[in-house]
Amino acid sequence: MNLNKFLKGLAIALPIVTLAACSSNQQTDSGTGTQDTNQQEQQQDSGVDVGAADRAMSPEEQRQEKYDELRKEHMIYFAFDESRIASEYAELLAAHADYLVKNPSVDVVIEGHADERGTPEYNIALGERRAKAVTEYLRNLGVSSSQLSTVSYGEEKPLVRASNESAYAKNRRAVLVY
Amino acid sequence: MMKKLVILFLSLSVLTSPLARGALEIVITEGIDTARPIAVVPFRWKGVGPAPGDISNVVAADLMRSGKFNPIPAAAMPQMPSTSGEVDYAAWAGMGVEAIVVGTVEEYSVDRYTIKFEVIDVLRGQITGGGSQMLRDGELVASNDHILDARSSVVTSSQFRQYSHRISDVVYEELTGEPGAFMTRIAYVTVNYNDEKPYQLMVADYDGYGERVLLRSNQPLMSPSWSPDGNKLAYVSFENKTAEIFVQDIYTTRRDKVTSFPGINGNPVWSPDGKRLAMVLSKDGNPELYIMTLANQQLQRVTNNRAIDTEPSWTPDGKSLIFTSERGGRPQLYSVNLQSGSVRRLTFEGEQNLGGTVMPSGDQFVLVNRTRGNYHIAKQDYPSGAMQVLTQTSLDESPSLAPNGSMIIYSTTHNGKQVLALVSVDGRFKARLPAREGEVKSPSWSPYLR
Repeated sequence: MNLNKFLKGLAIALPIVTLAACSSNQQTDSGTGTQDTNQQEQQQDSGVDVGAADRAMSPEEQRQEKYDELRKEHMIYFAFDESRIASEYAELLAAHADYLVKNPSVDVVIEGHADERGTPEYNIALGERRAKAVTEYLRNLGVSSSQLSTVSYGEEKPLVRASNESAYAKNRRAVLVY
Repeated sequence: MMKKLVILFLSLSVLTSPLARGALEIVITEGIDTARPIAVVPFRWKGVGPAPGDISNVVAADLMRSGKFNPIPAAAMPQMPSTSGEVDYAAWAGMGVEAIVVGTVEEYSVDRYTIKFEVIDVLRGQITGGGSQMLRDGELVASNDHILDARSSVVTSSQFRQYSHRISDVVYEELTGEPGAFMTRIAYVTVNYNDEKPYQLMVADYDGYGERVLLRSNQPLMSPSWSPDGNKLAYVSFENKTAEIFVQDIYTTRRDKVTSFPGINGNPVWSPDGKRLAMVLSKDGNPELYIMTLANQQLQRVTNNRAIDTEPSWTPDGKSLIFTSERGGRPQLYSVNLQSGSVRRLTFEGEQNLGGTVMPSGDQFVLVNRTRGNYHIAKQDYPSGAMQVLTQTSLDESPSLAPNGSMIIYSTTHNGKQVLALVSVDGRFKARLPAREGEVKSPSWSPYLR
């Protein structure tokens, strides 16, 4: 077991050591792609091939990539007669908030929707409450109020046009529209 | 058996009648058995060639749709009189027919016709033999008290349908003591998702004829409401990607934007005097009731509560609104006195009660009741009393009352589509108005159009 771990560690460590050795020969502190031709010629002359590793992403970059992926999703679903945002949408909304904070010139409209049960007028009110729950959430993550607006369509724009529980679950939603 | 055949024949004749070309047809699902048997005898055409229009079928269909009458088909009639003098009272009374309508159509001038009709009480006619007498100035004269009404009018052929509804109003009022609501219209919203502009605001005669498009939009339309003079509709349009209230003149197409506040601009309802609009605005944080005076666009805030307040409806005296509120946790109906501001809860039965509308008489209101997850149209005495559920259809909403308070039109779901349906206020008569295509919703019954 211990040996196994050691070997694994070695397998990762060795190439890094080798690469470090390569680059230490060069008198430049810039990254790949900035070496001058003279050096390359020298290297060719010296009969070695120089490679470059993918630079490990910083935690910030990793988060950004994940956020970019998350931001492709624009919908938050709600329980019946509910406007509370389920915890499963925390990361999704954090991703949108992050983007909006970094891009203060970008505006987003949050649409609120309801399923067809209940009266159209009550569902307009319910849809607005859902849209406002999302704006409030985003504001708490630092998004400026001036970037956020809401519109409630109630039960007027169903995502799934059917009268069953799974359709209802898809229709009870808030949508972020950039 | 005979009764069933009669019903079948009637439904067929209504569906296949050459005049039945409205986008909304009617399928009566319940209630003919309890209706009073009457007869509308085909009016005698005294000219040459084909008759210029059908009257008796329109009148018979009207009276049947009221839920109060069961007009017998022409094929079952013992005779075809066109005036009271020709009526064999015993023959009609023997069939159990209570009243008959007879009439004639005669050419008056080019495309103008004299229509005469009489409404006759068969039982009274049988007793007196059609020759009842009374004392006037010391002399016995014919009183003809079996003739409930007799009128004559000159109309053009294009007015035949409208005049037929007028006859229906007269017959209905003579036989029930209450005004008829056959010269009325309904406004409603249709949705055809396949169309480039799926949302349409429509107006049609109450029976679905003469359908007209008032507005087409690629964004939702909601909540049409008639002005008391029947000339204008207030409604909500999302054409600018936000809810806004508009008022449109249905004859001139003039259209005015009334509100465009941030958030909800919803559910406009005209006051009985036509000078104000009750509405729902969320500009101050959450949905609240407001009243706008149309002349100066001034707003009066009516409710002030952290919970949802919506769906205003005026009492006929214009002094109170009933509305839906979540202030008690779940949506229930409340009333608010506009002078004192005092609020009182009206509904307690079932899980939720929404969408209340006060009847023209002011002593009852209709509403949407949710019990065990089912939404049905119900009625309750105002201000307090027991609730009676009127419908058994599915996902019922948006009830709107005929101006005489006899019938409710509402939106329901049938075979996975939103359609309009009718139920009489006593709950006995039920009918469906299936659309040929798309969804139909948000019905609003007009005031009397006379």
